[in-house]
Amino acid sequence: MADDQQIVVEKPAPGEIIAPGYTFSTITDQISSVVLTRKTPLFWFAAFGFGGSLLMLFLLAVTVLLAKGVGIWGIRTPVMWGFAITNFVWWIGIGHAGTLISAILLLLNQSWRNSINRFAEAMTLFAVACAGMFPLLHMGRPWLFYWMMPYPNTMGIEPQFRSPLVWDVFAVSTYATVSLLFWFVGLMPDLGTLRDRTKNPIGRAIYGILAMGWRGSARHWSVYETATLLLAGLATPLVLSVHTVVSFDFTIAIVPGWHSTFFPPYFVAGAIYSGFAMVLALAIPLRSVYGLQGLITDKHLDNCGKIMLATGWIVAYAYMLELFGAWYGGNTYEQAAFWHRMTGPYAIQYWSLVACNIVAPQFLWFKRVRSSPVLLFIASIVVLVGMWLERFMIIVSSLAQDFLPSSWGIFQATRWDWATYLGTIGLFLFLFFLFVRALPMISIFEVRTLLPQAKVSKEGKR
Amino acid sequence: MSDSPKHLDLAGARARLEGKRGREFWRNLEDLAATPEFEDLLQREFPRQAIGWADDENEVDGRRNFLKMMGASLALAGLTACTRQPTEHIMPYVRQPEDLIPGKPLFYATATTLGGVANGVLVESHEGRPTKVEGNPEHPATLGALDAFGQASVLQLYDPDRSRTLYQDGEIRSWADFLGMLRGLIEQQRASGGAGIRILTETVTSPAMADQLAAIQKLFPASKWHQWEPAGPHSARTGAMLAFGQPVHTYYNVSNANVIVSLDADFLASGEASLRYARQFAARRRVEGANTTMNRLYVVEPMPTPTGSKADHRLPLRAGDVEEFAWLLAAGLGVAQGPKQSDNGDINKWMGGLVKDLMHNQGASLVIAGEFQPPIVHALAHAMNAKLGNVGKTVFSTDSIEASPVDHVASLEDLVSDLDSGAVDLLLILGGNPVFNAPVELGLADRIEKARVRAHLSLYEDETTAVCQWSLPEAHYLESWGDARAFDGSVTIQQPLIQPLYDGRSAYQVLQMFLEAPEMGGHEIVKGYWAAQHNGADFESWWRRAVHDGVVAGSALPTKTPAINGAALATPAHKYRLEGKLEIVFRPDPTIYDGRFANLGWLQELPKPITKITWDNAAIMSPATANQLGVYKETLNAGYDGVPMVELTYQGRTLRAPVWAQPGCADGSVTVHLGYGRTKAGRAGTGAGFNPYGLRTAKALWNDTGLAAKKTAGSYLLATTQNEHALDPKRHIVRAGDLADYLKNPASVHEGAEDPPPALTIYPGWSYPGHAWGMAIDLNACTGCSACVVACQAENNIAVVGKDQVRRGRAMHWLRVDSYYSGSPHDPEIYNQPVPCQQCENAPCELVCPVQATTHSAEGLNDMVYNRCVGTRYCSNNCPYKVRRFNFYLFSDFETPSLKLLRNPDVTVRSRGVMEKCTYCVQRINSAKIDAEKQNRKVKDGEIQTACQATCPAEAIVFGDINDPNSRVSQMKAEKRNYGMLADLNTRPRTTYLAALRNPNPEIED
Repeated sequence: MADDQQIVVEKPAPGEIIAPGYTFSTITDQISSVVLTRKTPLFWFAAFGFGGSLLMLFLLAVTVLLAKGVGIWGIRTPVMWGFAITNFVWWIGIGHAGTLISAILLLLNQSWRNSINRFAEAMTLFAVACAGMFPLLHMGRPWLFYWMMPYPNTMGIEPQFRSPLVWDVFAVSTYATVSLLFWFVGLMPDLGTLRDRTKNPIGRAIYGILAMGWRGSARHWSVYETATLLLAGLATPLVLSVHTVVSFDFTIAIVPGWHSTFFPPYFVAGAIYSGFAMVLALAIPLRSVYGLQGLITDKHLDNCGKIMLATGWIVAYAYMLELFGAWYGGNTYEQAAFWHRMTGPYAIQYWSLVACNIVAPQFLWFKRVRSSPVLLFIASIVVLVGMWLERFMIIVSSLAQDFLPSSWGIFQATRWDWATYLGTIGLFLFLFFLFVRALPMISIFEVRTLLPQAKVSKEGKR
Repeated sequence: MSDSPKHLDLAGARARLEGKRGREFWRNLEDLAATPEFEDLLQREFPRQAIGWADDENEVDGRRNFLKMMGASLALAGLTACTRQPTEHIMPYVRQPEDLIPGKPLFYATATTLGGVANGVLVESHEGRPTKVEGNPEHPATLGALDAFGQASVLQLYDPDRSRTLYQDGEIRSWADFLGMLRGLIEQQRASGGAGIRILTETVTSPAMADQLAAIQKLFPASKWHQWEPAGPHSARTGAMLAFGQPVHTYYNVSNANVIVSLDADFLASGEASLRYARQFAARRRVEGANTTMNRLYVVEPMPTPTGSKADHRLPLRAGDVEEFAWLLAAGLGVAQGPKQSDNGDINKWMGGLVKDLMHNQGASLVIAGEFQPPIVHALAHAMNAKLGNVGKTVFSTDSIEASPVDHVASLEDLVSDLDSGAVDLLLILGGNPVFNAPVELGLADRIEKARVRAHLSLYEDETTAVCQWSLPEAHYLESWGDARAFDGSVTIQQPLIQPLYDGRSAYQVLQMFLEAPEMGGHEIVKGYWAAQHNGADFESWWRRAVHDGVVAGSALPTKTPAINGAALATPAHKYRLEGKLEIVFRPDPTIYDGRFANLGWLQELPKPITKITWDNAAIMSPATANQLGVYKETLNAGYDGVPMVELTYQGRTLRAPVWAQPGCADGSVTVHLGYGRTKAGRAGTGAGFNPYGLRTAKALWNDTGLAAKKTAGSYLLATTQNEHALDPKRHIVRAGDLADYLKNPASVHEGAEDPPPALTIYPGWSYPGHAWGMAIDLNACTGCSACVVACQAENNIAVVGKDQVRRGRAMHWLRVDSYYSGSPHDPEIYNQPVPCQQCENAPCELVCPVQATTHSAEGLNDMVYNRCVGTRYCSNNCPYKVRRFNFYLFSDFETPSLKLLRNPDVTVRSRGVMEKCTYCVQRINSAKIDAEKQNRKVKDGEIQTACQATCPAEAIVFGDINDPNSRVSQMKAEKRNYGMLADLNTRPRTTYLAALRNPNPEIED
């Protein structure tokens, strides 16, 4: 059982995914102590407070929005979608890394994901929550959002199933549901551990209810393994499909700069790119604050860096293909759209995104960079900014200058645009740090399987 | 209509009605109900759309008339109840009056005036509320069309900022108080013959008012009547004196002209009879079917106008240089002495070909002098037209249509000197706003206060009201009786559509206070005048027909051919020199005119033709001149960043104004539009723009040299709906060509454009078995005057969003007029393109709406279901034409009571968060379909007119059933000029365009 002693582990060798010296119990002690016994660090209060204040800003922005209308944003004819949809795509994309880590890497037996999947999944959930805000808030009459769903009604009207926005409703709600289930099922054994370890009766009751009677019996484990695999199987196609469907919002439209067949892979790659950036941006400060370098090792960071480099190249390829397609296609509007992107009113944003998404990640070729948490953290923030700019670019610049020059107009973000965007970052941080405080941010039982002890026994005894 | 049983009924009805109502309320209604005229009014006011008056007369019987009279009385009572809500007046229909069907509008003929000159209109009335003004097809000036001012006049009626109460020095008074004061003052003046009485009006063409003024003059021989019309045809009046020695009024028949030379005349879009001229002009440019000829228009002007945009040859000339041009042309035609060469190479390049063209078309040509050109240009134009044999063919002269064609500047200066000498005891200002718009050096604001008693009758409490003790609320023309002459002298009797909303009275009623029976109502005054004029028998039926038709038959003034006073033209031209300075050009604003419409949101928000500026005026100059001032670069992003400010100094007075660099302006010339910078206009008008009246002197009402401009600190945000765009030759948005090329090869206008054949798809085409609505817009006819935009706004309850929202790209107009340029920025060709919803058959908007709020109708309309819209705005993103408009806020005014009366009850008032767009006026379509169904027939071609089509003076917009091969719209779409905008996207728009053609003179090289 846990004491308040400092767990002493050696520094992990490069390439190790867990530091030597851990035992089953020290792992459990270290992870659960964050929630149960250790004094909450100042960093947590700072981060939670920061997120909380931005959340207040979000609530203010939403209140004003609902009271006055979407006119408080900078959207206009012809740029009817601005920050809201940009943020939606950005947040959804960020979520993807979590699902990729927890589902695809699970199926691929990438055991290093065991140490990061829990908080990455939480990140997914909260990112989807943030993303989900925007399609609702951006509507002119958000109180009628349920009209997008097929439900029996006296008017006999169904949604327009040809509209990608309806597909979005299904894609995002499915994604949110599966992600939540997957995360919650994965939490159950650890909730059991917390229930057993906490000394606070209220905490015990809550963890107990959430653990749903988890006793760690062989039968439980067997059912658990099957459920996890099934959910992973369900979640895996979602990683690809959700952002594919999101990209349909654009490709189905005839707007030059949107109407393109290769958006789905382009968007999925971009999603994973930004998602891993977010994983790094969260993991690096967390592990140093909570002293988790032994569990989230440099190897993890290195792996994430490599994935970013790879997906970054896919994204770079997509940019180039986009330009090539525009030129080779010979379509006047398409050519003009890309020309405007590079030279028009949004040229600064365009070239910044090229710098952020293509140029900056090239430093990840260097092992020195990948093994420096500080540099990786900076790189991940740069990529997050770049990916946001990419979505902004695709959405806003394409709409601003489309077919009829008479109708062209430039989107200028208002303070409420920024307040809503920063507000969801606040919501995200708020939820995330709540999670860090209340639930084990690293999967206890899964990390224990990484120990050499877990692999000795051929009988599969844990 | 005056048989005895009906009289009995009338009396009975009156007795019953009188028993029910309060005295005060009845004062006005009684004026109507007490007289047989009221009954006539009822009969007459159900116009031919509802019931033929002549038929009615034959079939008349007492019962029907009684019911009609009862019904209309009750309707009027109920209507007044709407506005004032005195519960005791609300009564249900006991029996529904025969012609008044709830939901069916009635139309009444009357006239709106601008500068005193009448435009005959039909006003749509819903249960007693006038909601929409249309041109009167019977009226010679409108021919069924209407300008933006007329369209917006109904908004003026309901303007919540209108003057509602009679004040004396800020204290509420009654009309009786004013009358008492006036009569007392008159008694004092009687001894001196009214030496202290001064009446200041705007231009008066009304015969009845002229009669009143003459009567006052007779009673008070020493009193004086002054006139001041800030944007009146002052030069034309003086020019006629110069040419003929008498105040001759001139009008044109553009249909007969093969060659037209406009000397800075925007005759297609502004000035009297411009609606008629535009129609005639466009008719001569319809290269359709067998017609392969077009007229040819030469325009010289300082700033591009709608007329300039139609020119086959356009030469940007400073306003002051137009005189030189006129002299050279006159010399070329041999009617004036003088040099035949100019220093200006552009003029020389034109002159030979132009003179030849005119000489070839003697009797079928036309030289039009601009209203704002000096008298000598008018005189020269008269001489040239006479020389070319155009008089009686394209040019007509009559006596002046004005009651007293005096020089307004002199008239006002006379008043000022009387004010200075303290001779004025009573200054009665009827309408107008002289404090705001009189020449600046007269300092009227201070001088008016030298009059002992000052009263201002006005629709608004404005700058002039502020210096008067008595503020008299004026009745709107839709609330009062009156009469006015049109461009050719035709008289329209103005009839009220509604009881005065507030306690307003008309100028007739106020003038009557000087005379016997000072409380006489407008109806008696006007009718009494015409009864006295009438010499034939049966005045009643004459009167009824006159009021019903909206134009008095045979009242046009006889034409005459006065001799030209040749001596006046021998004076050689004085050469116009800038001498390092700039030229200042004053023009009435294209949308708010001289400032009188400043509080009308529709007109403020209407993008001005060519510049597309809303809510403001600017110092408009050529890019080269802006460059000279060092401000050109900063004007380039006018839509987003501010534009630089310049300080204009003219004759020691200065004005700071934002710069607008306008391609096509003459270099060295700065145009400023009057009417802005109001300080007391109302919620919409106060504070908008800057006030050029502050620079305008009596010496230079329209233009002068000696303007200094320099860049000053600061920038200004202008709200435009469109940036200036050159025509992208790859996009084929506006297709255009020269007539000669088109006749050789009609496909030449479509060169390079792609139009996918309908058979490209593997799916069978959708069939539209019943009606298939479509629209064709002839770019060759459209002048870009933008009346259609206001008509659409009035018809479809479109909200006004304000300058800030326009600047944010949220103007709500369902119909916009795009401008494109091609050629050099010095002298570009300008194209105007009205863009309503294209009603695509393959509509990109429809499939992306997640809730099916926009769907396709069986007749091919792209319907918008406001109720269903949740506001994702995806449809707008996917609309290549960007015709969809979104309610970002609650733009519609649901609160202001008077604006509720304004709404078209057939069109939903849209709420926040929903998308809206052009519907092809689906309410009109359905109303016509219901009528047709009731009569068991098909909808006739031309029966449905969309609001934009109905008001278009050039008949550029044609709507109809494309399933009917004989419909006008099908015939237009069969023309080789027809094309779909962005047809390469395979949207298959139902709105198509007919390519613009120009007919340049091959002898003139551009």
